[in-house]
Amino acid sequence: ATGTTAVRPPQGPPRGSDSEMLDSNKDSLKLEAMKRIVAMIARGKNASDLFPAVVKNVACKNIEVKKLVYVYLVRYAEEQQDLALLSISTFQRGLKDPNQLIRASALRVLSSIRVPIIVPIMMLAIKEAASDMSPYVRKTAAHAIPKLYSLDSDQKDQLIEVIEKLLADKTTLVAGSVVMAFEEVCPERIDLIHKNYRKLCNLLIDVEEWGQVVIINMLTRYARTQFLSPNQNESLLEESAEKAFYGSEEEDTKDAKAEAASLAKRKPYVMDPDHRLLLRNTKPLLQSRNAAVVMAVAQLYFHLAPKAEVGVIAKALVRLLRSHSEVQYVVLQNVATMSIKRRGMFEPYLKSFYIRSTDPTQIKILKLEVLTNLANETNISTILREFQTYIRSMDKDFVAATIQAIGRCATNIGKVRDTCLNGLVQLLSNRDELVVAESVVVIKKLLQMQPAQHSEIIKHMAKLTDNIQVPMARASILWLIGEYCEHVPKIAPDVLRKMAKSFTNEEDIVKLQVINLAAKLYLTNSKQSKLLTQYVLNLAKYDQNYDIRDRARFIRQLIVPTEKSGALNKYAKKLFLAQKPAPILESSFKGTHSACRIWGHGVVILSCNHFSFCHRPGPFPAGIPVPSSKCQGLFSTFLPWSPREWAWWPTLSRGPWQLLSPAFGAVRTYELLHRMAGEGLSVEYCFSRRPFPGDPHMVAVQIQISNNTDAEVKSLRVSEPKLLAGMRIQEFPEIESLAPGDTASVVMGIDFCDSTQAANFQLCTHTRHFYVSIQPPVGELMAPVFMSENEFRKEQGKLTGMSEITEKLTLPEKCRSDHAIVQQVTSAANVGRVPCGADNEYRFAAKTVTSGSLVLITLEWREGAAAQLTVNSEKMVIGTMLVKDIIQALAQ
Amino acid sequence: MIHSLFLINCSGDIFLEKHWKSVVSQSVCDYFFEAQEKAVDVENVPPVISTPHHYLISIYRDKIFFVSVIQTEVPPLFVIEFLHRVADTFQDYFGECSETAIKDNVVIVYELLEEMLDNGFPLATESNILKELIKPPTILRSVVNSITGSSNVGDTLPTGQLSNIPWRRAGVKYTNNEAYFDVIEEIDAIIDKSGSTVFAEIQGVIDSCIKLSGMPDLFLSFMNPRLLDDVSFHPCIRFKRWESERVLSFIPPDGNFRLISYRVSSQNLVAIPVYVKHLISFKENSSSGRFDVTIGPKQNMGKTVEGVVMTVHMPKAVLNMNLTATQGSYTFDPVTKVLTWDVGKITPQKLPNLKGIVNLQSGAPKPEENPSLNIQFKIQQLAISGLKVNRLDMYGEKYKPFKGVKYITKAGKFQVRT
Repeated sequence: ATGTTAVRPPQGPPRGSDSEMLDSNKDSLKLEAMKRIVAMIARGKNASDLFPAVVKNVACKNIEVKKLVYVYLVRYAEEQQDLALLSISTFQRGLKDPNQLIRASALRVLSSIRVPIIVPIMMLAIKEAASDMSPYVRKTAAHAIPKLYSLDSDQKDQLIEVIEKLLADKTTLVAGSVVMAFEEVCPERIDLIHKNYRKLCNLLIDVEEWGQVVIINMLTRYARTQFLSPNQNESLLEESAEKAFYGSEEEDTKDAKAEAASLAKRKPYVMDPDHRLLLRNTKPLLQSRNAAVVMAVAQLYFHLAPKAEVGVIAKALVRLLRSHSEVQYVVLQNVATMSIKRRGMFEPYLKSFYIRSTDPTQIKILKLEVLTNLANETNISTILREFQTYIRSMDKDFVAATIQAIGRCATNIGKVRDTCLNGLVQLLSNRDELVVAESVVVIKKLLQMQPAQHSEIIKHMAKLTDNIQVPMARASILWLIGEYCEHVPKIAPDVLRKMAKSFTNEEDIVKLQVINLAAKLYLTNSKQSKLLTQYVLNLAKYDQNYDIRDRARFIRQLIVPTEKSGALNKYAKKLFLAQKPAPILESSFKGTHSACRIWGHGVVILSCNHFSFCHRPGPFPAGIPVPSSKCQGLFSTFLPWSPREWAWWPTLSRGPWQLLSPAFGAVRTYELLHRMAGEGLSVEYCFSRRPFPGDPHMVAVQIQISNNTDAEVKSLRVSEPKLLAGMRIQEFPEIESLAPGDTASVVMGIDFCDSTQAANFQLCTHTRHFYVSIQPPVGELMAPVFMSENEFRKEQGKLTGMSEITEKLTLPEKCRSDHAIVQQVTSAANVGRVPCGADNEYRFAAKTVTSGSLVLITLEWREGAAAQLTVNSEKMVIGTMLVKDIIQALAQ
Repeated sequence: MIHSLFLINCSGDIFLEKHWKSVVSQSVCDYFFEAQEKAVDVENVPPVISTPHHYLISIYRDKIFFVSVIQTEVPPLFVIEFLHRVADTFQDYFGECSETAIKDNVVIVYELLEEMLDNGFPLATESNILKELIKPPTILRSVVNSITGSSNVGDTLPTGQLSNIPWRRAGVKYTNNEAYFDVIEEIDAIIDKSGSTVFAEIQGVIDSCIKLSGMPDLFLSFMNPRLLDDVSFHPCIRFKRWESERVLSFIPPDGNFRLISYRVSSQNLVAIPVYVKHLISFKENSSSGRFDVTIGPKQNMGKTVEGVVMTVHMPKAVLNMNLTATQGSYTFDPVTKVLTWDVGKITPQKLPNLKGIVNLQSGAPKPEENPSLNIQFKIQQLAISGLKVNRLDMYGEKYKPFKGVKYITKAGKFQVRT
C-alpha cells in the first residue's frame, strides 16, 4: 500500500469494503482501509459509522495500523462513548508494557478519549505514570493532566498533587510540560513554585524551546508578584529621580520585618538574588532561534529588569523583524507599545523601522507608529525627511497614516510644528482626495492649538479655495475660516463673497459650511456681511437638498433678530463661537492595555505600578483564597492577581481594634433634591459618621427633608431602589405627613459594598416620584479604628507593594500646622488618628464599612511645604481615590 | 493551547482539518474568510483574529493558509512559530509544502501532526526525532514496504527524545564523513534617489549539512568573530563557549540545519556592491513617460555580480512599456503592473541598460510617485561583511571528516527609491 495511490479517498472502492477490509486478517488490507478512513477525517468528512469495525483493530500488531486506529478513536470516541469503552482494556494493558513508547502512547490515547466514565481510570493511570521510570512517560503524564482537568474539573485537588510531584522532577524533558499543566490547572497555586523556583531557573536553558516559552511566561508572572519592582520610583512618580522607597526584606521573623519596614524605606533598592538569577538565566535565550522564546524573554525583561538593563532586548526584537511577516506583525505591535514607555531603548535602531514600498500595508502602518513614537528633538529632521518619501507612496491608506503621523510629530515636538504645517499645506494641492482630506483634518487639528500664530496659514488656505476641488477639503477650509474669522478679518468676508457666487454649484457639505461661515461672520462682522448672509440664506432656502433648506431656516431664526425670535437669539454668538477644544493626537497604543489588545500583542504590558508585591520570604498563609482559574475568564491568566483577591484580611478585621467614636468635624451636606426640581420639596443629606444601628455594614446617611410648598406633603418614602449587585438599602420609615415650612430628619442605611457607585432610588410623596441618587465620597466608606503604633506598623508592613500608594504633595500655607492637617484629613475621610512617635508624621487608620479591610494613612511632613502621603489598603481603588481626596482637601 | 488546525488554499477550500481537543466546526473559518475579504490582498490578513469564542491565528506559506483555532490564552508568537515549523516539516518531508503534496501524503501529514502536538502543546518538532518516528516517503521505501509489509512508523522511542541532545539521533553511520558550511549573507538596503544609502545592514546565516558518524563534537572558529553584531543560535550551540571564547562549539544534528543567523548592523558601513542610475519621468498632460535604468558594479571586491534581476511595481496609470534592454530580457505584466528585468551577469565594460517609453492611460493624471526598484543579485565566493571561517575541529570521534566552507552574498530586501 503506497501512500500516493491508496490515500485518495474518492477513487477508492465502494464504502462497504472498508469494513470488510478492516475485518480481514491481512495487515496490509487493514492499513489501506485505515489510511482511507483517516484521509476522510482529514477532509472533515464523517466516518463515524465505521466505529465498530475500527475499534476492533485497536489491538492490532502492526504499529502503523494501531496509530491510525488511535487517530480515529480520539476523533470519534466522544460521539460513541459506549463502543469506545471496548478499547479501554487494551490501553490499560498498554500502560504496563515494557516499551516506554507504548506505555506513553497508551496513556496519551487513553487521556485523549473524552469519555467521562473513564475519569477514575485516567486518574489512576496519570498517578502511576507520574512515577514512571521513563521521563518520557512522565512527560506524557504531565500532558494528560490538563486533558483530565478539562474533562472533569472536580479532580483538581488530586491533579494538583500530581503537579506538585512532577514539579519536583529534575529532568528537562518534564519541566516544560508540567509548568504547562500548572498554568492550565492551578495558576493560582504560586506557592507550589517557591521551592522549585531556582531549579526551574537553572534548568531553563536546557528545556526544549516550547517549554521555555511556557516557563518564562510563568516565571514572569511569578516574579512580578513576588519581587520588588526594580523601577518602583519611576512608576510612582514619573519624573522623580529620588532613591527607592522600598528596600528588600530578608528578615526572618515577621515582626522584625514590620519594625524594619519604615527603616527599609530609606534604604536604596537592592535586587533579590533570586530575581537576579532569573534575569541572568534568561538573558542567553534572547539568542534563541525561536521568536516566541525571544519575545517571552523580552517581555520578562521589560517588566522585571532595572531600567538600565532593559536595553538588551531591543537588539533581539529588531532581529525578529527580519522573520516571517506574521512574526514581524506581532513583534511590531509589541515594539509600538514598548516604545511609548521606553523610547530610548529602540532609538539606536531607528533605521530598522524604515519602510519599504514592498512591505504589506499593515506592517507599514505599524512601523510608522514606531517611528512616530521614537521621534524626538534630535532625530525629528531625519524622520520627517523619511516621511516625505512615504507621502509619495502609491498606497493611499499608508499615505493617510503618514499624514496623521506628521500631525502627531508636530504636536509633540514644538520645534518642527511650523515645518510640518507648511509641508501639510503643500499636500493640500495633492490630487488624491484621501490625502487632501487627511491633510486638512490634521492641519485643522494643528491650527486649533495656536490659531493666533497661524493666521498666515489660514490666509493661505483661504486662497486655496480657488483651486481645491475636493469637497471635504473645501468644507474644512470654510470651517476654519469661520472658526477663526477674527484672525483673518479682511479675508473672511471676501471668501464668503466668492462662495456666495459659486454657491449653487457647490457640493452639499460645502454648502452647509458656507451657511455656517455666513452665520459666524454675520455675528462678528455684520456690517460687511449682512447682505451676503441674507443672499446665501435666500439661495439655500430654495436649494434642492432639504438638509440645506432646514439648516438655512434654522440659522435664519437663530441669528436674525425678529419680533418672533425666541430667547435663543441672545445666545447665538455663544452657540456658534464657543471655544472648541483642540483634539489630542496621540498613539493609539497608549493606555489601551485591555486584555484583548494585550493578547493581540502577545505581551502583557501593564504599567509598572501594577506590580504586585507580596514579600516572598516566609511561607504563605495557608489556603490563600485566589480566584479559581475558571472564574478568571478566558484571557486573564496573564494578568497579575488582583490583590483584592489575596484577602487574608478577614481574620484581621475581626481583630483586636475597637471602633472609635467618629471624629466629628464640620459635617458636609450634599443636596439630594433641589427645591426647584422637587417642586418645593428640598432634600439634603450628610454622612453622620455614626454606626448605622442594626447593620454594621451600612453607612448611615442622615437625610433632611424640608417642605417649602404651601401644602402638606404626605407619605414620604423611599421606593424602587436601583442598586448594583451586592448593594443594599435600609429605608427610613415612611413620614406620614410634613406640614408646610416644616423640616424632618431621618436616617437611612446604605451598604455601598465599598465602592463609590451611586445608590439610585425614588423619593415618593403622595403625588410625585423623584429620581435621586446618593454617591458617597470615598472617605465616608470607612469607619475609624483605634490601634497602637506598633500594630499600625505591623499592619502597614503587610500592606506594601500594590496595596501601597504614595504621592507627593505641597502643603499650602494655612495647612502647615498639626491642627490643620488633622482637621483636613479627618474631614476628608472618616478615619481615626493613630499615635505616632515621630514628629511631623501623622497616622490615621480606618476600616471599610462593608468588608472591614484596613485603610492606613500616613502623612509625612518634610521641610517646608513638601509632604508625602501614603495610603496602605488592600482595596486599591479605595486607596487611590482616598489619596486624591485627601490631597485635594489639604490643598484647599 | 492549539485547539484545531485548518489548511485553506487560495480559493478558500478547507482541504485539511485536524483537531487536538474536541471538534471545532469548520464554520469558525468564516471569520477568517471575512477578514481575508476585508484585507484585499493576502499579505494584509491580520495574523491574529478574534472571534466571539475563539482566536484564530494564521500564517500564509506557499499559497496555503494555516489557520489555527485557540481557546486559551497563549502568546501569539508561540502559535505562529509553531505553524511555521509545521510548514517547514512538510517542506522537509515532501520536498515542497504545496496543496498537492499535502493531499497526496495526507496520512503522513496526519501522523506528523499527531506527533507534533499533544493536546495542543508541542511534543516533538525536531526533524531528527520525527524522522525516526515517521519515515519520510521515498519511492524505494514504498516499494519495499508493499512487498515486505513493514511500515513507515517506528516502534521504539526516538533516542533524541530522552537525551540532552534531542536534535541528534544515536547510531548515525556514514561511509563518507562530511561537514559543509554555507555562509550566506544578504544585504538589506534602502538607497535614496541620489544614490546615497539610507539604511543598510547585512543579515547572514550559516547553513550546515553535516553527515558525520557517531557523536562528533565540533568547534568552529572565525577569523573575525567580533563582526557578528547579533546572533541567534541553533539550540545545539553551547552559549557559554560563545560568550567567553567566541567559538561555536556544538554536537550537530544529523543532516541539514541552520547553525546560526546573525546581523552585521549598519554602523559598520556596509559595502553596497551595485549602483543604479535611473531616470524615470512622466510628462504632464501627455500619455507617455521616459524610463532609463542602468545598473553598474561597485565595491564588489573583484568578484562578478551575477543573477541580477530588477522588479518594479509601476504606477496604476501605466498601460504598457516599450523598452529596449542592452542585456537580458524584460517582461511587463499589464495586469499587476510589474516590470521584471532579468539582467544576468554584470560586466563592467558594458553596463546593462534598459531604456524606452512608458505608455500611460490617456486622460489620467500623471502619477505623482516614482516606483522604487527592487534589485536582486548574487556574488559567489564572497561574504560581504568580511566574515571568514578560521577552522573546524572535531572531537569525540576518530575518523577524519571532509570539511568545506562556501561563501555567497545576495541581495536581501534591496530597494532603490527613485
